[in-house]
Amino acid sequence: MIKHKDEKISKGNFWERNRKSGGYLLRKTSFDAAYKVVRFFLLFGMCFLILQPILMKISVSFMEERDLYNPMVISVPEHFTTDNYLLTSDFMSYQSSLINTLLVSLTIALLQIAVCTLVGYGFARYNFPLKNLWFACVILVIVVPPQTISTSLHLHFRYFDVLGIIKLIRGEELNLRGSVLPYYLMSAGCMGLKNGLYIYMIRQFFRNIPKELEEAAYVDGCGTFMTFVRIMLPDAKPILTSCFLFSFVWQWTDGFYSKMFLGNLQLLSTQLSVLADRMDVYVINVLKNPGGASVGYTNCIVSTGTLMVIVPLLILYLFAQKGFVESISSSGIKM
Amino acid sequence: MKKRKKLVGLERRKAIAGYLFISPFIIGFLAFMITPLFRSLYMSFCNVQVSPSGNTNTFTGLSNYMQAFTIDTEFNRLLTEEISRMCINSLAIMVFSFFVALILNQKFKGRALVRAIFFLPVILSSGVILGVETNNALLASVQTMVEETTNTTSITTAVENILITSGIGVSAFRQVFKIVDTIYDVAIASGIQIIIFLSGLQTISVNMYEAADIEGCTAWESLWKITFPMISSLFLVNWVYTIVDFCMRSDNELVEKISEQMIGYINYGFASAMSWIYFVVVIAIIGISSFIISKGVYYYD
Repeated sequence: MIKHKDEKISKGNFWERNRKSGGYLLRKTSFDAAYKVVRFFLLFGMCFLILQPILMKISVSFMEERDLYNPMVISVPEHFTTDNYLLTSDFMSYQSSLINTLLVSLTIALLQIAVCTLVGYGFARYNFPLKNLWFACVILVIVVPPQTISTSLHLHFRYFDVLGIIKLIRGEELNLRGSVLPYYLMSAGCMGLKNGLYIYMIRQFFRNIPKELEEAAYVDGCGTFMTFVRIMLPDAKPILTSCFLFSFVWQWTDGFYSKMFLGNLQLLSTQLSVLADRMDVYVINVLKNPGGASVGYTNCIVSTGTLMVIVPLLILYLFAQKGFVESISSSGIKM
Repeated sequence: MKKRKKLVGLERRKAIAGYLFISPFIIGFLAFMITPLFRSLYMSFCNVQVSPSGNTNTFTGLSNYMQAFTIDTEFNRLLTEEISRMCINSLAIMVFSFFVALILNQKFKGRALVRAIFFLPVILSSGVILGVETNNALLASVQTMVEETTNTTSITTAVENILITSGIGVSAFRQVFKIVDTIYDVAIASGIQIIIFLSGLQTISVNMYEAADIEGCTAWESLWKITFPMISSLFLVNWVYTIVDFCMRSDNELVEKISEQMIGYINYGFASAMSWIYFVVVIAIIGISSFIISKGVYYYD
């Protein structure tokens, strides 16, 4: 009976229902509609705000120099050209830098995540003396800006030595500056870019796995390490993927560690930061224009360079978007 | 007696396993963190001479710090500028990301797309790319030049002019415009924070809102009485993350100056002193503010 009555009301026309509710329905519907419109414009505006620089760079990168100074041309180039890309890839030696960056980012990210997983797992699942002290050290690693220690790291690797052994053998300390080794060593010791953060995230994830799972494995005769490999790791796939992606992407764009330790290697990030100077040198020396490159054209070339650096990341993001976003929410970061 | 001994054995084995698992961190921390940290602290009190045969540290007391505060023309200005920029921006980022997370938590079409776009800056505006965009004086000059020559009036300047000529509260408007002008910086810096807030919002059970609704709570009230306390611990996480993230950004002028002193002028002592001052100030801000925030954090369980 009641059900029948409900159906009748929902089938009745809008104004009748409105009248019955004393005007509440109309108010609510119109408020909801207005809210939706406002929300749409707000979100659209903010999305545009974020995307606009990228769109602008794309349009500028296809312009010829005269288009840049033509007030009529705003976003659609009048003289379409791909010369900017050729020039930029020449300046950055794009192909070799791309391969270098790919190799370095991939190996560094793999190394960092492998080590951070071990450490995060140790912090999450085992009790040992001084655990809190060591975890405080992890927090310290997160908080200390790398700039603070960069000075002495510089010297540390300039005169590298382990307890005086190397000096004993070679007669002098090793100069590791400019080689890739220091950064790999640091990554193996969890001291790379934002590694404290990865440890923290992975630890949070492993803490949420029920203890029974681990105990069942022990009862069935699984050793400590095998439990970790066979029971825990398969579960942790999403968080590890996301940490790996972050590590990869941040390493790709990182300027600080790259400049400090990988300065001799041609990487996209370091090449990008000297692009403007290269451009100037090129215009003065090759085009014999003593005034240097015009500001507008430099801007255009730098935009093109930035695009060329981020395009591989964009493609990665398109395919692995879920990996980036979803697993942070699943890791349940809390203090 | 026998049983207890066995338990100690198991616990010991577990402790050893735990130490084995975290041993990479301990080694790395001792080798690449503690030593450089103390060395850089020591160097900040020294005059460091680098020569091919090795570096010599001559102890000079506080002279590097004195140089930073009293002799160097830029340092004080840069420090106060960066710190105030950090505080204002971090506050704006918190408000913005909380607001966006609230919107993104609602159901509407294209939510996945919007979320993907908001998260995009985490990837695209990290590291060197941000520095290239903002730290190039050349580009800054061309931006203004292009704007002047092309004579395109942006809608914000139009609104700005109208509001200022109307003559009501000019100085207040200027403050608002300053914040509005930096909205892009805020938006691109709040990707991770939005996701963290979102994950927090999704853990709040719907029952709570329903109960509040039945009791006659408006949406505004339940925002303050339910949403805020439930995710207050995430405010702390986000606040610390925002500040730390801000310190490491490459468009930070103070950091630029430090690395220029170090790599360009090989003035290690002075560079260490400056970075220590910066570090101590930042740590102090993080410590004080998280102490204040943690007073207001509510834990559900």
